[in-house]
Amino acid sequence: MLPETSHKTSRLKTLLWKITRHLGSIAALVLLGGLLSATLVRIAPGADSDGRELDPSLSAESVRALRQSRAGEKNILRFYVNYLRGAIHGDLGTSHALGQPVQSLLRERWPVTARVAGIGLLVAWLVGATLAFTACLWRRPLFEIFGLTISGAFLCIPAAVLALLSVIVNAPGYLAIALIVFPKIYRYSRNLLAKAYALPHITAARARGIGELRILACHALPVAGPQMIALAGISISIALGASIPIESLCGLPGIGQLAWQAALSRDLPLLVNLTVLVTLVTLLANSGADVMIYMLTPQDA
Amino acid sequence: MTFARKLACIVVVAVCAMSLAANWLAPAGYAKQFREAPSAPPSRHHLLGTDEIGRDRFARVLYGTRISLLLAPAAALVSTALAAVVGGLAGYLGGIWLRMARGFADLFLSLPWLFLLITVRALMPLNVSPLVSVLITFLILGLLGWAASARVLSTSADALRNSDFVLQARASGLHGARLFVVHVLPNLKPVLYAQFWISIPVFILSEANLGILGLGVAEPLPSWGSLLRELEGLLSFREEPWRLVPLVLLIVVMTSFQMLLSNEEVPA
Repeated sequence: MLPETSHKTSRLKTLLWKITRHLGSIAALVLLGGLLSATLVRIAPGADSDGRELDPSLSAESVRALRQSRAGEKNILRFYVNYLRGAIHGDLGTSHALGQPVQSLLRERWPVTARVAGIGLLVAWLVGATLAFTACLWRRPLFEIFGLTISGAFLCIPAAVLALLSVIVNAPGYLAIALIVFPKIYRYSRNLLAKAYALPHITAARARGIGELRILACHALPVAGPQMIALAGISISIALGASIPIESLCGLPGIGQLAWQAALSRDLPLLVNLTVLVTLVTLLANSGADVMIYMLTPQDA
Repeated sequence: MTFARKLACIVVVAVCAMSLAANWLAPAGYAKQFREAPSAPPSRHHLLGTDEIGRDRFARVLYGTRISLLLAPAAALVSTALAAVVGGLAGYLGGIWLRMARGFADLFLSLPWLFLLITVRALMPLNVSPLVSVLITFLILGLLGWAASARVLSTSADALRNSDFVLQARASGLHGARLFVVHVLPNLKPVLYAQFWISIPVFILSEANLGILGLGVAEPLPSWGSLLRELEGLLSFREEPWRLVPLVLLIVVMTSFQMLLSNEEVPA
């Protein structure tokens, strides 16, 4: 076998091994995350009480039936095993608070969060990366100060305040998500690019008269790129986290608002499913970024 | 220390001093109601006006600042101590302990911070006395915020475990807890200090988020979170701009922390 072919085969093997390892760790962490959230709900004070039992119009039999319906949740391990068994067959349980199958709730709400967080992320990346690239290309202290001030100001504002402000000025929810995510993207990208620009080969490229745009595209970005891809994975997690206060305060019927309602009503089936879903999306984003970095890294690196 | 950092330091110290002197600076207690003047605009008696039930907003800002600025470092202390125990010990012991601690930290880090925080806080009792609510908020922040610091500390402790001086200490017969406490932990101090300072602004923001969602410090005790909740009823910025004072103060303090912690120099 030629050395080049053998190198390609070993790289493919490493990639497959990497993907398998990621999938294994995702499965383990998702399962543990679900169990952790179920345990938290069970040990939380007042977990055994059900507000519906206080309804005076309910007969003793109805109250007994309500208690019976929650009896399966007393033993957390049994509940979790039953939940997993149901999940394998496509049954994610029924929400206690909303009285609807969790699957249909997730199907209804997920597109809202995906749209709001997706557009927010897109805007955040457009603004953050453009500012970072411009700072590197233009290299004007005033522009640097402008970028640092703007990003710094938004880093200091809590996500919930941005949600309230967006309600006051009647701005869409995705804008609030963009304003939460963009400062992190700008600052991190700018630092990565600044480190890349400090490398000797870029100084040499400049000395040879290569244009700034070409230096950025051909020399700085390949160095900073892998970590920027990792940042893309992390930014998904940030956007998901921010979607809870934003959707709750802006009245957007998405996953964030559902998580908020589930937590307040201690809705065990819904909360376990949401934890599993959020963990899964976060880990998939991070692992996807990791695999992509490996695939884009030059073969001889 | 650059001029910007000196300025930031002065701002943080001044805000802390003012909040600690709230008993003397505030015209009234944070819960005292001036029932003849609800929702009053700023005046000589009420510098920032009064809220809907007639409480002096300036007094509430001072007392709220005190609570938020005390709560965040206290929570940071708990989380850093927990990170030192979990991450430091795991790194020092190595092997399966290190893998287990990192796996557990990864589990915490795989959940978005706000999701974890809001969910856990919502599961705790909500109708509690103000002091208990402060305790719950501070404990939740401290007990949930350890994972990232623990990961950093485990890496540092892992590097120390294989260092020459630890090997020499081992060869001299020093083992177990004594080796960890006398030689490893003191060398982790710089990382511990860094993690402590980094956690403070994160916890200030987290408390504000919780407070706005009604999951933070309970009324009538003020905090930046509960003060910012007042923005909910604001129809426009021009209507009552003095209601934005807690937000401006939060931004000023957070910016000062950023300047103090940042290793970036603003270009001249």
